[in-house]
Amino acid sequence: MSDATGSEGAAPDPARRRWMGVLARASAAEIAERLAALPPPPPHRRLRAPETGLVMARGRQGGDGAPFNLGEMTVTRCSVALPDGRIGHAYVAGRDRRQAELAALLDALLQDADRRPALLAAVIEPLAAAQAARAAQQAARAAATRVQFFTMATMR
Amino acid sequence: MMPAMRATLAAGFAEPVLDAQACFRAALEAMARPGRVQRVAAPPEAPPPLGGAAAALLLTLADADTPVWLDAGPEAEAWARFHAGCPIAAAPGEAAFLLAAGPMPPLASLAAGSEEEPHRSATLILQVAALAEGEGWRLSGPGIEREHRLRVEGLPPGFAADWAANQARFPQGVDLFLCAGDRLAALPRTTHLAAG
Repeated sequence: MSDATGSEGAAPDPARRRWMGVLARASAAEIAERLAALPPPPPHRRLRAPETGLVMARGRQGGDGAPFNLGEMTVTRCSVALPDGRIGHAYVAGRDRRQAELAALLDALLQDADRRPALLAAVIEPLAAAQAARAAQQAARAAATRVQFFTMATMR
Repeated sequence: MMPAMRATLAAGFAEPVLDAQACFRAALEAMARPGRVQRVAAPPEAPPPLGGAAAALLLTLADADTPVWLDAGPEAEAWARFHAGCPIAAAPGEAAFLLAAGPMPPLASLAAGSEEEPHRSATLILQVAALAEGEGWRLSGPGIEREHRLRVEGLPPGFAADWAANQARFPQGVDLFLCAGDRLAALPRTTHLAAG
């Protein structure tokens, strides 16, 4: 897919990378619920309406081997512009067009240093906490089925 | 974000798939009947100085495999890269599609394909001041039963000689779209021009 930002060579912003990741893992309903608690965002313009397509996910054996094509995944992308000219992008897994648009809108809003602290506190951090809790819960469920091989060794 | 990107980025086609298909149909009709003027029904939002038909053709035809050259400024380049995903060619001779809103690049300087692969030639999208059917040049050649007439305003003075040289290179040569506002006409390399 195209390099939409036109910023080859620019170092990725770790904070932006984090909020984009959190938004990509959150559902549309979760984002909308937290966004509703804030004053309404300015009207945005769709540069690229939400559209669904396939991207080839690539992997490397062991993390540093030769790249290979793992398989295609469904991705929805969206780009929006705010009245002040800030542009937000979103690429999210799945076919949820509303999630992609909300994520792109938030990406644009979060680039504004004045709005960022409130948005991070009200939207991104609660979503990240919920996602971490879900991951921990799942890890705990999986851990309950772990086989402790060392018990066999000590029984001998 | 780069400041230039910040300033403005126009939205492109409202319905990317359907509008591009409709524009492709218009481009096919124009190429199949040289000199007949077609209208692009739903031109995209485009940065000036791009006109509706020229911008629609660029979004319809260009993609990641076709280097594009345009003379319409960095804003238009950013717009084309964003919506079409096309690489921007450094020189006119390296481009598969060219969009000239200002002076026309000489046809002889563009990719003309080879004898074995004449389809690897460039297509020039040229913005002109006005197009009018039924007067002006007498066009003849494939796709024209007797003659079509077309008047084009805003071409450089040496165009007729340039076009005759381009036509003489057949099967190599450059194909030309002429765009004015949301109207377009085409001159494929096979079309012969005679002064009207």
